[in-house]
Amino acid sequence: MKRLLSLAIALIAICGLLAYSSQSLERSSGSTGSKVLNLYNWGDYIDPSLLTKFQKETGYHVNVETFDSNEAMYTKIQQGGTHYDLAVPSEYMVAKMKRAHLLRPLDKSKLTGWANYDQRFLNQSFDRDNRYSIPYFWGTLGIVYNDKYVKASEVQHWQDLWSPRWKKQIMLIDSARDIMGMALITLGKSMNTTNPQTLLAAQKKLDQLSPNVKAIVADEIKMYMIQDEAPLAVDWSGEAAEMLAGNSHLHYVVPREGSNLWFDNLVIPKTAQHTKAIYAFLNFMSQPDNAAQNATYIGYATPNQRAKERLPQAIRNDRQFYPDEQTLRHLQVYRDLSPTKVELYNDRYLEFKMHH
Amino acid sequence: MIALTKRKTWLYFIPYGLWLALFVIAPVALIIYQSFFDLGHHFTLANYSTYFASATYLKMTVNSVWYALLITLFTGLISYPTAYFLHQLKHRQFWLLLVILPTWINILLKAYAFIGIFSQAGLANQFLTFIGIGPQQILFTNASFIFVATYIQIPFMILPIFNALDDLNPAFINASRDLGASNWQTFRRVIFPLTLPGVKAGVQAVFIPSLSLFMLTRLIGGNKVITLGTAIEEHFLTTMNWGMGSTIGVVLIIAMIIVMTLTGDQKPKGGAPR
Amino acid sequence: MKQKFTQLYLIVVFIILYAPIVFLIAYSFSQGDTMTNYHGFTWRHYQTLFSDSRMLAIVANTLLVALLSSLIATLIGTLGALGINRTTKRVTRESLLTLNNVLMVSPDVIIGASFLIFFTMLKIPLGFGSVLLSHIAFEIPIVVLMVLPRLREMSASMLDAAQDLGATTRQLLSQVIIPFISPGIFAGFFMALTYSLDDFAVTFFVTGNGFSTLSVEIYSRARQGINLEINALSGVMFLFSLLLVGGYYWIQQVSQKRKQRKRGAIS
Repeated sequence: MKRLLSLAIALIAICGLLAYSSQSLERSSGSTGSKVLNLYNWGDYIDPSLLTKFQKETGYHVNVETFDSNEAMYTKIQQGGTHYDLAVPSEYMVAKMKRAHLLRPLDKSKLTGWANYDQRFLNQSFDRDNRYSIPYFWGTLGIVYNDKYVKASEVQHWQDLWSPRWKKQIMLIDSARDIMGMALITLGKSMNTTNPQTLLAAQKKLDQLSPNVKAIVADEIKMYMIQDEAPLAVDWSGEAAEMLAGNSHLHYVVPREGSNLWFDNLVIPKTAQHTKAIYAFLNFMSQPDNAAQNATYIGYATPNQRAKERLPQAIRNDRQFYPDEQTLRHLQVYRDLSPTKVELYNDRYLEFKMHH
Repeated sequence: MIALTKRKTWLYFIPYGLWLALFVIAPVALIIYQSFFDLGHHFTLANYSTYFASATYLKMTVNSVWYALLITLFTGLISYPTAYFLHQLKHRQFWLLLVILPTWINILLKAYAFIGIFSQAGLANQFLTFIGIGPQQILFTNASFIFVATYIQIPFMILPIFNALDDLNPAFINASRDLGASNWQTFRRVIFPLTLPGVKAGVQAVFIPSLSLFMLTRLIGGNKVITLGTAIEEHFLTTMNWGMGSTIGVVLIIAMIIVMTLTGDQKPKGGAPR
Repeated sequence: MKQKFTQLYLIVVFIILYAPIVFLIAYSFSQGDTMTNYHGFTWRHYQTLFSDSRMLAIVANTLLVALLSSLIATLIGTLGALGINRTTKRVTRESLLTLNNVLMVSPDVIIGASFLIFFTMLKIPLGFGSVLLSHIAFEIPIVVLMVLPRLREMSASMLDAAQDLGATTRQLLSQVIIPFISPGIFAGFFMALTYSLDDFAVTFFVTGNGFSTLSVEIYSRARQGINLEINALSGVMFLFSLLLVGGYYWIQQVSQKRKQRKRGAIS
């Protein structure tokens, strides 16, 4: 009994020590204080040196908290109890948050960098007139291939993936809307269809792909592709950019017949508290130099036209990540579907996964 | 014990009772409540009818139970001898701590390490190449999934079995030997039956969580196996169909009660509780 | 022969148990940036780690939550086990045990989501407090499960004897029961610690306002592939816990020897 008690006391003492050191460590990294901005972002989705620069210029310290899926972020913000000033949802989630009244409209009069953005990426169906959101990065869905095993000419179209020579060679990103969308495009249908028959046909199409599917995974796809685990993958351009940086044999193709065009966007949740800091940050991030620096660091395509002009020519003209006008015209943005319609997609996709 | 029951000892029970009410009964009630609502927040029994009528979910259930059984079986086969041998060592408490230690490293990190070991150019394949078999596809196979899941569960099985061995009265073993029983007979007739409660506790600690494994099914199994845990994860985090997710949760809780009753102690006295 | 086999078996099991950890730590010294192809020795990742004050604060937070929650959970869980053990009706006990186990079997995501709803309903701010509370909550059942078997083994005759000798309830508890069940309490504490350090999903849901733990941080960083700084961190933490376990065991050994010597002197 005595021994237990003394152990417990020792543990409490250790806890006190830990509490003190975590406090002082946090203070030294400057995350407490009144001049702050709370950013709720995807993991590693902003150049940290920009945050330091922002603090130097404006005095606001940015606390970054991270999430790993749109839905998890939505749950956190919807439940309240948090005070995020800015969040970075994808386009369909912007629409969902808007409908749930979780967003605060943008005050355009306070935005100085609006003119820098490429008109083609504004005023999208998920947020007309950009009342609530500013595009942060954009991208596509496509095929990543390894030139050690696959010739470029062999994978220019989605249908090429169904070729029997890729038995157990393809990795798919674990996302219902994207994989179903890929099948729909291959069938020549819209990625936003809600016709159950069409969706069933898409699932049948996917079932035929099953023998070629090696695995259905998430973010790990990058690591697997870099390690040569598989020669082919279906993934988003942002992820592809990181793969290409890690393995020079990898290439990325957006099939010309069509694909998805996605956006990650900056929005202001209802619970935001630091209005001044928010607009300072939004303006800071829309400055061409900063946006260009961020785009270089992240490797995704920037919707900021002035920033794009400042990127090195090799990046700016890279058709893999800045596709030509022709391809761009065939890209489709996911429309926000009602939960029951989304469920149709999910059910069909789950069935495909169960049988693959 | 009687004197203990009487006086103010029930006071000691308050914090635990409070915990039961706030963190167990309330969440369970919430889950059951949610399982009766569809995506449009209407009261419905549709989630249950979907679950029990669709081939997809039934197949998933069968899969989960089957893999959980396999994982439990392998874990048991490895853990029992390990616990038994460990228990014969001189510094056994120390070795036991060393068995628990690997569980303090984050599971995701261990999974990534296994990916490194099992990948095309990984250590396992280098070894296979070295002994002349040549590289094999190890990742995304059922075998590798079961292996890693078993790896994760082993410490949770060893601990209760070890404790059961610890509680074994050496007098029984000596008596058995004195009566002329061989080592094997002693083990089969005395040691194993007496440590059975520990095995049962281990089975409960491994089988039930194995039903709801997720993470590993994707990372190591490449979503070739979809368990109930994966489905719940998806319904809560991806499709946001909390009603359906809760329904599967309710099914899991019922499964737990069944397993508990099956492996629970028949005699009210003695033995481990779970 | 049999001795050899025993040793060989244990060696193989330990190699398997520690293989991924050795793998992780080995790569923490690699000059590359990923866990593929070893690139030669470097301390670089350790340097990054020790200059990353945010990371260190997170480590301190994680340990704080783990130790404090395990301590409280052990206390409540032990009291709970005493209570459950006291129940005489089989039905009551079985249902108490079933309730006790609910949190152990529910997938983390469900627990996390329902705790989140619960905390926001009660207007408990998300952060250190909510994380600590939820960790205590999901650690209690394992403590109960570790303590209960020891309690069951305690013979009634022993307690009766103590009572006949005039022991009060408190004396009975502190001098007979607690010492007897202390191995179970220790096991419970260690398992609680394990659960706390391992948890991701629950913490993810209930944390907020800048508070983060190691596993949450690792999961969000894993999106970009595991950074070798994390490997370095696992190396440090592993060494630390090894020392802790070794030190604890050594102290225990020494004190036991001393006790034995004392007893020897008396007799």
